[in-house]
Amino acid sequence: MMTLSAFLILAALLFGIGLVGMILNRHNLVVLLMCIELLLLGVNTNFIAFSHYLNNIDGQIFVFFILTVAAAEAAIGLALLVVLYQHRGTIDIHKMDTLKG
Amino acid sequence: MINFTDVFFLAFAFMVIVSALMVIMSKNPIQSALYLVLAFFGSAGLWIMLNAEFLGLMLILVYVGAVMTLFLFVVMTVNFSINPLKNHRSKIIFGLALVAILLIALLKAISLQHYTPLINNAAILDPSNTHHLGSLLYTTYVYPFEIAGVLLLTAIIAAISLRGNAIQRNRKATDFAAQINVKANDRLKIIKMVAVQKTFEPLEPTE
Repeated sequence: MMTLSAFLILAALLFGIGLVGMILNRHNLVVLLMCIELLLLGVNTNFIAFSHYLNNIDGQIFVFFILTVAAAEAAIGLALLVVLYQHRGTIDIHKMDTLKG
Repeated sequence: MINFTDVFFLAFAFMVIVSALMVIMSKNPIQSALYLVLAFFGSAGLWIMLNAEFLGLMLILVYVGAVMTLFLFVVMTVNFSINPLKNHRSKIIFGLALVAILLIALLKAISLQHYTPLINNAAILDPSNTHHLGSLLYTTYVYPFEIAGVLLLTAIIAAISLRGNAIQRNRKATDFAAQINVKANDRLKIIKMVAVQKTFEPLEPTE
């Protein structure tokens, strides 16, 4: 049961759920950031499964740096979100159309 | 034949998938954050089963302890409008189809091969996972490690400067520079007035 493919399927499902969440949720920026965390979790699980499978610890080093960057990204993203909320009074993704993108 | 390890694997995998689904499906963002914590716990269990003990514990300490606390703080600070999905239905269906195709392709690519069961490997556990990771991180990967430190410093400065301006504007503390540079004219104003004698009428007795 605990094969490499089992872990890869789990990671792919996690990644897919995160992606679906980013597409479905179109009103809340915080849930969007949480979906990014889900995507990164799937990728990290892949790295660790391959690190175990290939008997090589370099994959875990990758995960270490991904965790660092993700923590920094979450902190800056949430700070930006709070500033945005204070300026606009909403964090609705649909209302962020000032640049007409 | 299912053994003890498989039961744990299935339990953790079920926990991760169900809580990930609840993250994207629950209406309340606080519930989403709490389910994300559960997903992190399940993943940490899976990582520890894959002999990545240090990273599993880091996931719990850093993510559940720090990042998710930050998320919960922000969720409770910001006032959300919880709206149902109504517009952009065609875009959503297009996106879902794209994700489904990607997932099918991924699962097809994965499940055709790699059915070798994972066993306890010696190399990533020698002498212990943390020791091995640390010795590699401080020798071979010391330069990326320093860059990661600088990156975290940048994140600290960015987050503080984003919020720091607002704190500076609204704070109720004494501005020492203004206090030292104050002149008598700022505090005391002498105005010329014409002296007028006001005459008071005597009070009438009420009773």
